[in-house]
Amino acid sequence: KCPGRLADYASAYVHRRIPGGPGKLTLLCDANTDGSFLVHHFLSFYLKANCKVCFVALIQSFSHYNIVGQKLGVSLTVARECGQLVFLEGLKSSVDVFFRAQAEPHPLQFLREANAENLQPLYEFVREALKPVDDGEAAWRCPVLLVDDLSVLLSLGMGAVAVLDFIHYCRATVCWERKGNIVALVHDSGDTEDEENNILLNGLSHQSHLILRAEGLATGFCRDVHGQLRILWRTPSQPTTQRDQSLTYQYKIQDKSVSFFAKGMSPAVL
Amino acid sequence: HGFPPPPAPTQAHRADLPPQKVNEEAPELGGEGHERAQPQQTLRPHHPDDPGTAGPGAPAAQLRQPPGGSPPPPGGGTGAPSGRKGCREGHGAGGSESHPRRGESPAEPGAGGQAWAARGGPHGRGVAPTASRRLRAETGRDSVEWEGRSLLKALIKKAALGGEQVHILGCEVSEEEFRAGFDSSVNSRLVYYDLFRDPLNWAQTGEALPGGPLGALQAMCERTDPGPVTVALDSLSWLLLRLPCAALCQALCAMSRRHACRGGSLAAEQLCVLGLLHRELHGPGPMGALSSLAQTEVTLSGTAGQASAHILCRRPRQRPTLETLWFSVLPDLSLDLQGGPPLESQPHPDPHTPQVDPASHLTFNLHLSKREREAKDSLTLPFQFSSEKQQALLRPGPGPATSRIFYEPDTFDDLDPEDPDGDLDV
Repeated sequence: KCPGRLADYASAYVHRRIPGGPGKLTLLCDANTDGSFLVHHFLSFYLKANCKVCFVALIQSFSHYNIVGQKLGVSLTVARECGQLVFLEGLKSSVDVFFRAQAEPHPLQFLREANAENLQPLYEFVREALKPVDDGEAAWRCPVLLVDDLSVLLSLGMGAVAVLDFIHYCRATVCWERKGNIVALVHDSGDTEDEENNILLNGLSHQSHLILRAEGLATGFCRDVHGQLRILWRTPSQPTTQRDQSLTYQYKIQDKSVSFFAKGMSPAVL
Repeated sequence: HGFPPPPAPTQAHRADLPPQKVNEEAPELGGEGHERAQPQQTLRPHHPDDPGTAGPGAPAAQLRQPPGGSPPPPGGGTGAPSGRKGCREGHGAGGSESHPRRGESPAEPGAGGQAWAARGGPHGRGVAPTASRRLRAETGRDSVEWEGRSLLKALIKKAALGGEQVHILGCEVSEEEFRAGFDSSVNSRLVYYDLFRDPLNWAQTGEALPGGPLGALQAMCERTDPGPVTVALDSLSWLLLRLPCAALCQALCAMSRRHACRGGSLAAEQLCVLGLLHRELHGPGPMGALSSLAQTEVTLSGTAGQASAHILCRRPRQRPTLETLWFSVLPDLSLDLQGGPPLESQPHPDPHTPQVDPASHLTFNLHLSKREREAKDSLTLPFQFSSEKQQALLRPGPGPATSRIFYEPDTFDDLDPEDPDGDLDV
């Protein structure tokens, strides 16, 4: 039985194993299940690791993430107040877009424009949020951009290429320039007709260094095994030697943690 | 980046390499590579008259040729009739090389034993130069699992070590990341156009390449000097997502044309374009369009941790050939080709799980003896409609053929025809 906190292990493994250190894109992907537990995990992981986090949260409210974060041992309120966390609450600020003067740039400006071509305002927000602060205060460790999630941008009318461009620029700034990390969640609807989502998912996969894919079990819902996590390490530029690049574990989400075990080795069935 | 010094006239010219499009399979995320094995086309049978790759002195279409060798008489001598040039055949190669692509012609100094693009002799002589607007493009198609960038870098390294100019349009990774792994001699020969930092000019700093991606591509054409040159596009997918397919194809053709105009009749054959394509990202239309431009397509896939390349060559006036090679890219970006068609290209059972007989270690006996098996096989199931049963039904049998129910009500039964469930205690 594998020890728990595998996603921790995976992240630490990634940081140790891939040469050049941080500056990596981690892609979270879910299919037939809810992969948001990975988002919560990475949020608490990076906050505990003393990194500066910019969280573009388009799906849930701040209090939701805060409640889950408290179970995982971090307080988002405290982090936000001391400047470690920059939180873009999509649900709340999307309403602000319509009540502001049009000239003022807003990260979610694309909601207001009929033909928004790109996500540059959102990128500018991220760039500003993760700007290195050199006022002598306690410096945070590497900057991290966390996005939950990117598929909703497609639903809001942006094209897949626009979202890919946004991530491209974020990679250039956060990963390459600031040596930070990006973690983004994309849903895989499994629908081959959803071309935009497939382009987004595949396009991001090619740029990622680590892909964590949470899938529902093929046989359906189970009380003791909530799903299966596939981990794929990639080195987009380096030649890969023959080694295990992919692992699969099954998991069960508990109140304050997630336990992982090898396939078929759930304690419930042993 | 300064331009690399013009290559000294070597006897090794770029061989008439068809453009290669490397198509990796499109596995789903995390799927095993071997489940996506490409269908293998059989190679053309080795014609008995065709000496195939007979070694030095082989026909001009051979990739390898001794430098300065006299051009073979067209169609005569060792040359098989046109259209049967066996240079692409994986087997039947004579000489020291087991594969026509492998190995270098003997006079080429310093080249590794495993040249991906083997340098042939002066292939242009003796063969009417193809008025080639045809792009010598090679595209690599990769997938999420089997990435192609390292192969692209290996090819670039080969080209650079061979003395060519190499121009790279980098879109997907930063210049540092792309240059990582090349040693300094190679790096100094690479001319890098950076479309990663600010491709769409969002930063408005004025440093971005003007004209956006298309402008950058066109600017590359302008700056290539005459002489053998390799242009690497990392990646074609990035460009294809942001530019209309037609514009991209036209730009690629224009690149070859402009290079031809500048360099004379042989120049067209000295431009090689390497492009990386992620095949899950595009539909059949754009892929087909790029296929038609490319003379060689290399599709990357793999089995059990070993990468393989399926190479489809379409040379002008010749039949297309398909072959498969196992390969690996070493950490110093040299290419290690491991030859021939793989024996296990079909998904094979995982060697780690031995076949287990589930009935072997039980405390009870699940096996049947011979007699028991016979009895089991001869048993007719009650609801199976056999001919005997059919006869029995058709035969108007005597009354008692149907079953009857004999019912003796006991004292507590109260049969009320109006309420048949009245006796239930609910």
